[in-house]
Amino acid sequence: MKKEFQIISELINNNTKVLDVGCGDGTLMKFLKDKKNVDTRGLEISKENVQNCISKGLSIIEGNAEKDLHQFPNLSFDYVVLSQTLQAFYNPENVIDDLLRVAKKAIVTIPNFGYWKVRIHLLLKGTMPITDNLPNEWYNTPNLHMCSIKDFSNFCSKKKIDLIESIALNGEKTSKINEANINIKNLSSELGIFLIKK
Amino acid sequence: MNAKENIKKIIVKKPLKLDCGKTISDYPLAYETYGELNGKKDNAILAFHALTGDQFVAGTNPVTNKAGWWSYLVGPSKAIDTNKFFVICANVIGGCMGSFGPSSINPETNKTFGTNFPVITINDMVNAQYNLLEFFKIEKLYSVLGGSMGGMQVLQFVANFPDKTKTAIPIACTASHSAQNIAFNELGRQSIMADANWKEGNYLKLNLSPDKGLAVARMAAHITYLSKKGLQEKFGRKLQERDDLNFSFDADFQIESYLRYQGSIFVDRFDANSYLYITRAMDYFDLIKQFNGNLSKAFEKTKTKFFIISFTSDWLYPTSENKEIVIALNSSGADVGFIEISSDKGHDSFLLEVPEFLKTVKNFLEANY
Repeated sequence: MKKEFQIISELINNNTKVLDVGCGDGTLMKFLKDKKNVDTRGLEISKENVQNCISKGLSIIEGNAEKDLHQFPNLSFDYVVLSQTLQAFYNPENVIDDLLRVAKKAIVTIPNFGYWKVRIHLLLKGTMPITDNLPNEWYNTPNLHMCSIKDFSNFCSKKKIDLIESIALNGEKTSKINEANINIKNLSSELGIFLIKK
Repeated sequence: MNAKENIKKIIVKKPLKLDCGKTISDYPLAYETYGELNGKKDNAILAFHALTGDQFVAGTNPVTNKAGWWSYLVGPSKAIDTNKFFVICANVIGGCMGSFGPSSINPETNKTFGTNFPVITINDMVNAQYNLLEFFKIEKLYSVLGGSMGGMQVLQFVANFPDKTKTAIPIACTASHSAQNIAFNELGRQSIMADANWKEGNYLKLNLSPDKGLAVARMAAHITYLSKKGLQEKFGRKLQERDDLNFSFDADFQIESYLRYQGSIFVDRFDANSYLYITRAMDYFDLIKQFNGNLSKAFEKTKTKFFIISFTSDWLYPTSENKEIVIALNSSGADVGFIEISSDKGHDSFLLEVPEFLKTVKNFLEANY
C-alpha cells in the first residue's frame, strides 16, 4: 500500500465508519476493513474500479462526488476520505462543504502545486508543469483547480474549517506542517494530507 | 401436459391474510430448485421471477422445452454457480405454472376461479413464498435476487423479513410503480379484456382462449422491454422475406413479424387472467406508501447487504428509480452498493447475455459468501 494510504489509515480510529470518495480499486477500504475493523463505503466513478471493489467484497456505489454525495445523510460517517481528487472537481468548495456535512471529519489529500519541481518547471521551461503526481498535459489533464499546501491551508482558515492535522509527504518522508514551517513544506512536499473538521 | 403434472409443489396450510382482506389457506405453491442445500444450510438463494417468468430459472423448462428464463445467469459454473449455491424459485401466487392462481379450481364451485380469484399484491406473493424457508428448514438465506417485478419482491422481502437474508440484489426495478408503468400495464389488460373470447374472465370454463388480446398485450409490453437503439440496430426498416413493400397490412417489416411471433408463442405458455392479476400486483406496488412516504423506514432494521443494479438503456425502470432505492438505503444506514451497467438491450438486459452484468452478480455473490 502506498505511503499516502498508510498515513490516511493512521489518522482513522478503529471500529469507525468511513466513506472513501473516489476509492479507486478499493485498496485503502480493504485495508481499513481488514486491519482496523472499519465499516467502509466507497464512491467511485470508474466502472472497472467498481468491479474491482465488488470482487473484494467492498460496499461500492458507482457515482461522482459532485452529484452523488447528496444521497448520504448528515454526519452519517465518522470520516470521509478524498484522495488527490479535489482539484478535479468543478466546484471544490462545494465538495468540501458536502464532505464535512456527511462526516464528522474529512481527510483530504492534494498534489501540491507549490512543490519546487512544479515551480521550477514553470519558471524555467515556461510550460505547464508535468511531474510524477501531475502526469498529464494541460490539454488533457482532469485537474481543473490545482492548489498548493499553502492555498489549502489559507482556504481552511478563511472558511473557518479546523485543521486538526496537516502532514507533508515527500517521497516516503513525512513531516508535520505548522505555521512556522509552512513556506518550507509548501516548497519541499509533493503531497499535502489534511485532517479537517467543521 | 405431463410435464405440468410433475411440477414440484408445497401445499401451504398456514392461512395467509391477503392485502385485499381475504384469507387463503391450503393453497399450492409451485417451485423448482437447482444445486444442493449444504449441511450448514447457508448457501440458499431465493430468486424471484418477473411478470411472465416462472419457477424454471435454469436448464431447460420442462413445460415449454425452452431454456430457463435466467439460464445465462444460473447454472453450474455460471454467475450463480449451482455447484456452490442452492437456488430456489417459486411461481408467484396469481401465476399459471402450478401455483395458486386464477386458473386454479375454486373448491366452492369446482370451476376455475377466473376473475373471482382475489386480487393479490407483491406483498402477498412474498409472504406466500416465505413458506419455502420453513419447508426447507432454512434459518437464513444467503441471498434474494430478482429483476423487474422480481426486484420488487426482493425489496418487499427484506422489508418484511429484515433478518432472513444475508444479501439482496434488486435489479432493474423500482420501489413504486410509476404512472408510465401503470399505463403500459393497463394497455395490456384492456387488450385482453377487449378480446371477445375473454368472456369476463370465464374463458376456461367455456373452452375459449383470448389469444389475440393476450398476444397484443405481450407485443406492447415487449416494446417496453427493448431500447430504441437496440430495436433500430436489430431491425431498422428491414423487410420480412420480401424485396419491397407489399402495400397491405401484412407484416412487411421484420419488427412487425418479430412482435407477432413473440405474441403468438406467449399465448401458448401464459394464462390471460394471470396476466391481469400479476400486472395489477405490480401496479399496486408502492413500498414508499407502505412506509408512510419514507422509503428508508422500509430498511431501518435490516443488516442485509444490498447491491442494486440498473441498465443504461432501461427506460421502463430507469437508473433514476433504482438510485432512489440506493438513496433510501443510505439514509437508513444500510449496507448498499450500486452499479449502472452499460447495455443497449433495454429493460430486458437483466435476462440476456450482458457480460458486465453477469460478472457483477458473480463477483458480488462470491466475494460476500
